[in-house]
Amino acid sequence: MACYSIYFAKGYTHMIARMVSLGLAALVAASPPVSAADYDIDTKGAHASINFRIPHLGFSWLVGRFDTFSGTFSYDEKNPSAAKVAVEIDAASINSNHAERDKHLRAVDFLDVAQFPKATFVSTSVTPDGAGKAKIVGDFTLRGVTKPITIDAVFVGGGDDPWGGYRQGFAGKTKLVLADFGILKELGPASKDVELDLHVEGIRK
Amino acid sequence: MVIRDTRERYGAVSRVLHWSMALAVFALFGLGWWMVGLDYYSPYYRSAPDLHRSVGLLVLFVLGLRIAWRLVNVKPDGDDLTPTERRASRIVHVAFYPLLVILMVSGYFISTADGRAIDVFGWFSVPALVVAPRLEDAAGLVHEWTAYAVMALAGLHSAAALKHRFWDSGATHRRMW
Repeated sequence: MACYSIYFAKGYTHMIARMVSLGLAALVAASPPVSAADYDIDTKGAHASINFRIPHLGFSWLVGRFDTFSGTFSYDEKNPSAAKVAVEIDAASINSNHAERDKHLRAVDFLDVAQFPKATFVSTSVTPDGAGKAKIVGDFTLRGVTKPITIDAVFVGGGDDPWGGYRQGFAGKTKLVLADFGILKELGPASKDVELDLHVEGIRK
Repeated sequence: MVIRDTRERYGAVSRVLHWSMALAVFALFGLGWWMVGLDYYSPYYRSAPDLHRSVGLLVLFVLGLRIAWRLVNVKPDGDDLTPTERRASRIVHVAFYPLLVILMVSGYFISTADGRAIDVFGWFSVPALVVAPRLEDAAGLVHEWTAYAVMALAGLHSAAALKHRFWDSGATHRRMW
């Protein structure tokens, strides 16, 4: 009995292997040559986040994030320097896990979201180091002020996902001087800059 | 000293409620105005809003007592008022109650929008009842504009009281004095 089921399973596996190899051959034949692909940042599944942190009095870090944003990037494994990324952030979606503080952060002292509802990032150049890291330079617009910023990005991973899609994921860090973007509210000598901690997973369109 | 209100004048309870609330509401307006402009390193940056919240919630409680007391007492009527004055006075007096309720409840919603309770002088804490995203923003707008409306109404009310005090010879202004 046991012997019979092993034999049966072997035959079955063989059949599946043939079907898969045929299917792969068809897929490869149908695929366009490898080139830059466009990706939607997976905000729907929340496999992307825009986090910030700023020192509180110099004693600890206050951590928060923007809950709502959307974006796309194009990426070619063979030619990462041609990559492009564009992100639009709903400034009012700032969330530091404290409603009263978030209300203040949306007000004129900080983001002034009534006047400047969107923050955006559009890359202008990507310089890979050849070892999975890159400098992404781009124009960042916050509170109506546009300045070039540099994001230190690292390729985390990519490939087929278990549900029929194809994904690429990156992480990035950058630092902003609040005063550069017209945020002049005095938070103390330790709290002039805010660090952004970015995690982006894209699904190929 | 008469405790309850009569046809002629307000009793002791109404007068204490009226003047303590008048004082508290003006003080809360000034405190609120001042505290939102405080520097982050001001020693009052935390204590001023704490005081504002605590006093505000106590005023809300006192307002509840006042409305209840109003409902179980007769209303003094101003015999020396013209029909127009009487109508205007009725509108202003009646408008105060919902505006004050909205003012204090909206303030409560700002601080409790994320589920945090409000601590009243460390004596007790009032838990959040409604937790909703961006509730603090909507409540903040309502709180600000209702505060201006209450101040405008209080200005009108004071001007009318002073008019009865200095222009008219009647007893109207003394009903609450």
